[in-house]
Amino acid sequence: MLITCPYCGPRDVIEFTYQGDGNRARPQPSSQDLDAWNAYVYDRLNPAGDHNEIWQHSGGCRAHLRVVRNTVTHEILSTAFARGGHKSAGHKAGGNQ
Amino acid sequence: MAEYSAFSLLKNALRGNQDWTPAWRKPDPKASYDVIVIGGGGHGLSTAYYLAKEHGITNVAVLEKGWLGSGNVGRNTTAVRSNYLLPQNTRFYEHSMKLWENLSHDLNYNVMFSQRGCLNLAHTPAQLDDYARRGNAMRHLGVDAELMSVGEIKRLVPALDVSGSARFPVLGGLMQPRAGTARHDAVAWGYARGADRRGVDIIENCEVTGFLRDGDRITGVTTTRGDIRAKKVALAVAGSTGQVMQLAGISHMPIESYVLQAFVSESLKPIINTVLTFGMGHFYISQSDKGGLVYGGDLDGYNSYAQRGSLPVVDEVMSEMLALFPGLARVRMLRSWGGLCDMTMDGSPIITTGPLPGMYLNCGWCYGGFKATPASGWCFAWTIAKDEPHEFNAPFTLDRFYRGLIIDDKGQGATPRLH
Repeated sequence: MLITCPYCGPRDVIEFTYQGDGNRARPQPSSQDLDAWNAYVYDRLNPAGDHNEIWQHSGGCRAHLRVVRNTVTHEILSTAFARGGHKSAGHKAGGNQ
Repeated sequence: MAEYSAFSLLKNALRGNQDWTPAWRKPDPKASYDVIVIGGGGHGLSTAYYLAKEHGITNVAVLEKGWLGSGNVGRNTTAVRSNYLLPQNTRFYEHSMKLWENLSHDLNYNVMFSQRGCLNLAHTPAQLDDYARRGNAMRHLGVDAELMSVGEIKRLVPALDVSGSARFPVLGGLMQPRAGTARHDAVAWGYARGADRRGVDIIENCEVTGFLRDGDRITGVTTTRGDIRAKKVALAVAGSTGQVMQLAGISHMPIESYVLQAFVSESLKPIINTVLTFGMGHFYISQSDKGGLVYGGDLDGYNSYAQRGSLPVVDEVMSEMLALFPGLARVRMLRSWGGLCDMTMDGSPIITTGPLPGMYLNCGWCYGGFKATPASGWCFAWTIAKDEPHEFNAPFTLDRFYRGLIIDDKGQGATPRLH
């Protein structure tokens, strides 16, 4: 599996660290909405098909990436810097999630 | 139905094995059942078997998308053990171990359960201390566990590199002598035959495409072979749990699906007479009765529904094997395959009523489902029959994640790929 890093170009998957599901919406740190925190920590969409993911190019430029990958074919559909998160995820938090 | 005995084997051998009858029927689905079990793997079949045997519920259908045993029951590394730290897991898996110990007799089908032991190798003093703690926790609950010295390990597995110059020198290990291996296909076939002869319909090539509902209540399923109604619908679909739950309108689960690979080498003369695990990575190995080394390692580290593996993990697993057994460097790998693992957020399974009325859920086996097969079916059948869990599966609820009652044996947190 090759992932195309926006800085470094196409690189082998072993250079990357999987950071998991990019669909999760992290509540504001001050949030006391227990359901929202539970959903953020435990609930997963887990699709068989296109999946929004966060990867880090830990063996390269160390950028966090927003990747759309098909979980059945392992085809990488898009990569971009992760800042702002996956648009469909409605991430509220900043930083490199 | 075929009865298996020394006499029947001899009789059929003399007749050229022409007279064996199929071990289970191939019925068409009826319009309705008392219980439908979705998933004809080990857990689904054992659930149907114990529903019939323990609870007298025989108007049962097992629906299998492909052919019987085509999923994880035929894709695992066949290890059976109950060497857990936390009491919820220890009690459950020890119940499974006790069922394993009588399973061939119970099913009148040789599942080739071989209690050759399972040895976890320790490579640091802290790890050995941790193993001693886990061994004590196991013994406290009546499970067998013994710490082994390097000398004892060397005598047990002479091919293992226990020298001080090994990449990760072995300092000792934790042995569960009653652990071992079983013939995985025979487990599926034995449960199928046992369920079938008690009246259960095993319906292959029958994919569930949706649920019939009356309001919230599940009243049956739509399938590629027509609609089938049932008072109770039970799911035992492992890595496909998320997909089937979405058919029921539940979009999110505390589960991620991953691929786990397994490998078999060419046949060798006896060299490893136990189930051995590496403590400095994630690697486990045993030797089948045919002589092939059966081994595996970590998950492919990202969500996947592909029943095939990636090369980096192959490379890692082979490296780990050679760290333990340098003498195996020239042994050839015969084949490898991948299975879907339904990884939960705490590494422990889910066997529960619900989450919808009329539905029962059995999932979250991570990569430990094979050894659980008897107890999983036994507890799930109890839960379906009585509409409440047995004490052995009472902790394995779906809502434990949201109530602070997680059962995280490895202490890894909600990162499923690391359990």
